Amino acid sequence: MDDIDIRPPAPAKLYLYDISTSIRIRSLQRLRAIGFPIAAVLVALCAGAALLAINGFNALDVFTVMIGGVFRNIHSITEMLLIATPLILIGVGLCVAFRCSMWNIGAEGQYYAGAVAATFFGVHLNGLPAPLHIVLILAAGSIAGAAWAAIAGLLKIYFNASEIVTTIMLNYIATIATSYLVTGPMMEAGVTYPQSTELPHALRLPILLPHTRLHIGILIAIALAVIVQAFLFRSSAGYALRVVGINPHAARYAGISVRRSVVLAISISGALAGLAGAIQIAGVDFRLYQNISPGYGFTGIAVALLAYNRPIGAIFSGILFAVLSAGSVLMQMNSQVPQVLVFVIEGMVILSVVAFGALGMRAGRSAV
Amino acid sequence: MEHFNLLVFLAVTLAAAWQTATPIIYAAVGEIFTERAGVLNIGIEGTMLIGAFVGFATTDLTGSLALGFTAAIAAGMLTGLLFACFTVTIKANQVVVGVALNLLGLGLTSFLFRTYFVHTGSGVPNMPAVHIPILSGLPFFGVALFQQNIIVYLSLAVAFLARFVLFSTSFGLTLRATGDHPEAVAITGRSVVLYRYGAIMIGSSLAALGGAFLTLADVNQFVEGMTDGRGFIALAVVVFSRWSPVGAFFVSLIFGLFYALQLELQAQPSLGIPYQALQAMPYILTILALVFVHNKQDAPRTLGVPYNKA
Repeated sequence: MDDIDIRPPAPAKLYLYDISTSIRIRSLQRLRAIGFPIAAVLVALCAGAALLAINGFNALDVFTVMIGGVFRNIHSITEMLLIATPLILIGVGLCVAFRCSMWNIGAEGQYYAGAVAATFFGVHLNGLPAPLHIVLILAAGSIAGAAWAAIAGLLKIYFNASEIVTTIMLNYIATIATSYLVTGPMMEAGVTYPQSTELPHALRLPILLPHTRLHIGILIAIALAVIVQAFLFRSSAGYALRVVGINPHAARYAGISVRRSVVLAISISGALAGLAGAIQIAGVDFRLYQNISPGYGFTGIAVALLAYNRPIGAIFSGILFAVLSAGSVLMQMNSQVPQVLVFVIEGMVILSVVAFGALGMRAGRSAV
Repeated sequence: MEHFNLLVFLAVTLAAAWQTATPIIYAAVGEIFTERAGVLNIGIEGTMLIGAFVGFATTDLTGSLALGFTAAIAAGMLTGLLFACFTVTIKANQVVVGVALNLLGLGLTSFLFRTYFVHTGSGVPNMPAVHIPILSGLPFFGVALFQQNIIVYLSLAVAFLARFVLFSTSFGLTLRATGDHPEAVAITGRSVVLYRYGAIMIGSSLAALGGAFLTLADVNQFVEGMTDGRGFIALAVVVFSRWSPVGAFFVSLIFGLFYALQLELQAQPSLGIPYQALQAMPYILTILALVFVHNKQDAPRTLGVPYNKA
């Protein structure tokens, strides 16, 4: 990836040629943006179907149960959107980190950090007006997530420590610390089950649809996807971050601070993962448990990759993985197909995404 | 009397530590081969699970432990082949493919286990402990160090063998050069692609062997997601040991010791030390190692960078 052109613009003679290439590249980009993800999902679903068929299940029936169950009624749809909310938030954040070539595998830990901070400020702070208190909880979660991720960013720029290894280690430290907190200092008094005290009722996120659990978190997630998309593709900081991701050496020649971009990128992704954790506490769980995430931080990686690191695309890929994950529960109940099939499909989606991505790169290289 | 108890405690803890460390040693030594050739495979967690499952399934069906280990190693090589196709030939991002491999490993093994084996329950035959003559009769430490099963002993041999291969053979020299200066390897007429395929497949088969140790020589049963982060700990061990196989053996042992001590602490809540502090220690130490031992001369220079023929 060291072929960025930092020479002055080509002479006017080549102008016509440049237009035709740029049209070719733009149509290719459009193909990549929509065609590749759809193709990747189809390939993964076919692989899942093949696995089902080989093992004696009727794949068509299974998928019907999954999709039909998720879209059966308003209630089941809202439950699916509750899973989509953290996936979109984490996926959007990872788009930023991955665009800067920061391989943040630590969204899971950053999610835990956000959930812990949100619970702490929700339970131990009194006397604030509820709306302000809710905002404070969500802000605390984002800051905690950003700080947890920034550790990896700072270690990268000061000690050249691989963020891949440090974020994985920070995942373990965060989950172990959470386990310590809910069995020790933050444990609810008088109970034997490891959990924290419940958040006051007034601090629950407002409900969007009466008689469901759907809270405003999904709107926050979608709004942030749009904002982050604008940040990445319409702001100079976002541009700098993407240049660093493609070629740090060229970025340095262009006067971009590589260090600042790297820390900014991983902190933004951490902030969104932390916010996801805080929203889960204030909107769904209302208290801290030992295992508050069924691996959202790892599914979030698949969400970002399937969106080809486009935040708005992460809305759709987040919903897709939420459908698969909510549907897999129904699939296990109704057709005795193990729920874990969804991990196989996620893995296949990622492999198809990289395979199509590599093919696209060969067909013609596109700019930032 | 006090000394006696302490010695017994030490001996028992050491025995548990080596037992715990064994799968990590195999995975870490394998990963050193892979990383020394310039490829970062974070999919070894999934590869270990595949080895654990295939080993268990084969032994459950055939009744033979030897066949179980052989099948696990073969499955590891196939997994490595898949990883190599994507990362070396297609030149896809190694981290991304590794993440996919972990998901596939967890999903496939759990899916197949629940579909076919969930009702077996009985487990596979135990791997017998091998008592080393004379030494196993030593007081205290005889039990700890010389009454383990063969796979545990082999972990020490594999670490030294890996050091020999990597640093004293021309194959090892070329493999390391593939990670440091792939262009130089290409100039001598050797194939960088072939060496990376080989290094990845050696690494994956050792990771799968480590996984099979869990089902065939430790727990004797398959449990979904049973590797429980051991693959990631192995990644940490590789960094901590500075890409040295014998170093990886001892670092794994230290990490295993923390695990054994942490179990002891859980059994002794009266001491007032949170066992989580010891649980988190390997991860904290690994981060500190990255900070204080950031002598990049040890790390393969092109780690994580796909090789493009000029």
